[in-house]
Amino acid sequence: MNFDFSDEQKLLQQTARDYLAEHSPLSTCREILESDQPYAAALWKGAAEMGWQGAVIPEEFGGAGFGHLELAMIAYEVGRALAPIPFGPSVFVATEAILRHGSAAQKSAWLPKLASGSAIGTFALTEKPGQNAAEAITASVKDGKLSGLKSPVADGDVASLAIVAAKENGATGLYLVDLAGAGIERKPLESFDPSRSQATIRFDGARCEPLAGADAAAIARLLDRAAVLTAFEQIGGADRALEITRAFIVGRYAFGKPIAANQAIKHRMADLWCEIEIARSNAYYAAWALANDDAELSVAACLARIAAADAFEKTTIEMIEFHGGVGYTWEYDCHLFYRRAKQLAGLLGTPKYWKNLLIDRLSIQKNAIQKNATKKGAEKAA
Amino acid sequence: MDFNDTPDEAAFRAEARAWLEKNARPRTSMTPTISGEDLTPEIVKQSQAWQKKKAEAGWACITWPKEYGGRGATPIQNAIWGQEQANFETPPDVFSIGIGMCGPTILTHGTPEQKQRWIPKLITGEEIWCQLFSEPSAGSDLAGLRTSAVKQGDEWVVNGQKIWTSGAQICEWGILVVRTDAAVAKHAGLTFFVVNMHSPGIEIRPITQINRGQGFNEVFFSDVRIPDDQRISGVGNGWAVSITTLMNERMSIGSGMGVGAIEDLVGFMDELEIDGRPASEDRQVRERIAEFVVKARGLKYTSLRTLSALSQGKTPGPEASMSKLVGAVLQQHAASFAMEMAGTSSALRGEAAPAAAAWQERYLSLPGLRIAGGTDEILRNIIAERVLGLPPDARADKGLAFKDVPTGPPKA
Repeated sequence: MNFDFSDEQKLLQQTARDYLAEHSPLSTCREILESDQPYAAALWKGAAEMGWQGAVIPEEFGGAGFGHLELAMIAYEVGRALAPIPFGPSVFVATEAILRHGSAAQKSAWLPKLASGSAIGTFALTEKPGQNAAEAITASVKDGKLSGLKSPVADGDVASLAIVAAKENGATGLYLVDLAGAGIERKPLESFDPSRSQATIRFDGARCEPLAGADAAAIARLLDRAAVLTAFEQIGGADRALEITRAFIVGRYAFGKPIAANQAIKHRMADLWCEIEIARSNAYYAAWALANDDAELSVAACLARIAAADAFEKTTIEMIEFHGGVGYTWEYDCHLFYRRAKQLAGLLGTPKYWKNLLIDRLSIQKNAIQKNATKKGAEKAA
Repeated sequence: MDFNDTPDEAAFRAEARAWLEKNARPRTSMTPTISGEDLTPEIVKQSQAWQKKKAEAGWACITWPKEYGGRGATPIQNAIWGQEQANFETPPDVFSIGIGMCGPTILTHGTPEQKQRWIPKLITGEEIWCQLFSEPSAGSDLAGLRTSAVKQGDEWVVNGQKIWTSGAQICEWGILVVRTDAAVAKHAGLTFFVVNMHSPGIEIRPITQINRGQGFNEVFFSDVRIPDDQRISGVGNGWAVSITTLMNERMSIGSGMGVGAIEDLVGFMDELEIDGRPASEDRQVRERIAEFVVKARGLKYTSLRTLSALSQGKTPGPEASMSKLVGAVLQQHAASFAMEMAGTSSALRGEAAPAAAAWQERYLSLPGLRIAGGTDEILRNIIAERVLGLPPDARADKGLAFKDVPTGPPKA
């Protein structure tokens, strides 16, 4: 048993941190937030040169051939930097979908482009506001043509390919769509976190290819995998938000002393630190399950996702509060974190979705254990 | 990162399991026994017998050095042993304080003679230990304690009162921190001893808790004489020694938080109804339980991360405070929630309310755990100051000789 990342993995993480410190200070995030650019194109290209988009893509397809533990470290650093690039949807979902369900031809066509950053992938699942069951999907496929409306789609305005959840003959599946093709209409939408772009995509008889074996259960597994990596991104953001807040409250004096000397503040900082550590431990366990394709992933992904979304959001709420009035200004960076935390919490299903899923999966595990015990008892009796 | 056993670890686990299968019955319920409560002579006997059995087979205090009767095992092996033992029914543990706190303190700060004198009998369970730290006016501010020791020849004469001493009435030995110099600042005037609990001048009175348990005692010292060779570390070095005990205490309370019991809530909600429907279909119920489980699992995996740090030769830092802080609050909230789910019948107790009985017991005992070994507030201070490096609280007693420290409101 060893419950820590290796020295090599930590070195890779440090390299990522150094690169982002130079190429993605918080001013980069702000630049995208304040401009019409959908994402930081130079940073996206640089990240690809570092091998990040292709981290888990095999070398034969132009990737770095790392494992998911390495990708988790990169995700953490991307989150720490609030990097304004379409990393999660492209790397955690679209790339994973093709790696797991793509045909040889689909892999050859898309993986090299995804690895080099020349293609951006996204995931089109949601169709309307609210908590929607997979059965409620209305997008449909007939004779290789996809029709339906997906909204919002993260990075839907800039993506070159989409993995779309749709129904064919009543069964849910995933379909790969080249967004340069005909029958596709996209419209950028105003984003709650403008450092990350959102769009609506209308498919009207767009050419699509099915991903083999990507049924409803496979979609759930794909979401599990993406949830673990997103948890690392969220914990990265939470750590950075706590560090910035810490520096502020130590330097800010009121009543003749640093405001950090007040228990009303330091005790809440301690609680936030605990929340983040709980999230980190859950995420480490989930990363292990992901990297080893262990059956524990189904429960571990829920744990990691719920804890990380919660820790990031709570930290950014207190971040603004502890900064006082300046924390509420556009000029200070607090709202960059506050927005990103909420944006990431809604991606891939909200905490509400994951909490219910966790209870479902724990019940299944519990019943399986009981059934097994009964069976063993019966065998013994016989 | 690897959650699986290495071949060596797997072999060790198999050996541990084989011994347990031969010597204990498999556990049927995850609900943990609360130790240290209602210590009847029969329970003490059972506990000592089990400890002796383990010691004879080399399964007691396995991380302690071989020369004193331990096994010289690694922290990982100790965790494996703990995981395996948890699957078996074992008697209530009267050694948790001796093994969790007193032993490690003596092993860290004692002389070789002291270790040889006390550690082997602690391992075999022949001698039970207690901890004499808190006083009526020194709880969170432990270093403000007033029980005094004055040197007379080769002996120290102790006078004062200790409180919250678990199991004092059944113990052979206690670890004791007292004031040996009131003219210096409070932390500098403390010294650490081992005291024989049968010494003349010691009087023990049980305290009844809110759950009617009598785990705790008041211990009064009237001219109790302690030989100087029972002093641990130097005169005036008592605070540093006490910190070793306290860190071990927090780790040992935190790790015994009964994380598995939280997941029993998943089964518990299957047994109950809300408005004629199974509680397991109620979304709010499900989401609350999910939140509890996330915390409980997070604590479990945190302890595994600590273990990895230990096995890499790092010492666990003040982070150990987290497991007790988060774990105790979590358990109290979970118990409160379980009682709420039981509905109006949670007004009943014990046999009359079988469904919620275990949770009610926990609800009544948890306020104690939030205080024992450092209150929530002290633990938050430790995390804020030692982990996050935030400024310390302003202390009105800073730089004062202990005798000049205010002890109450100014007299009118």
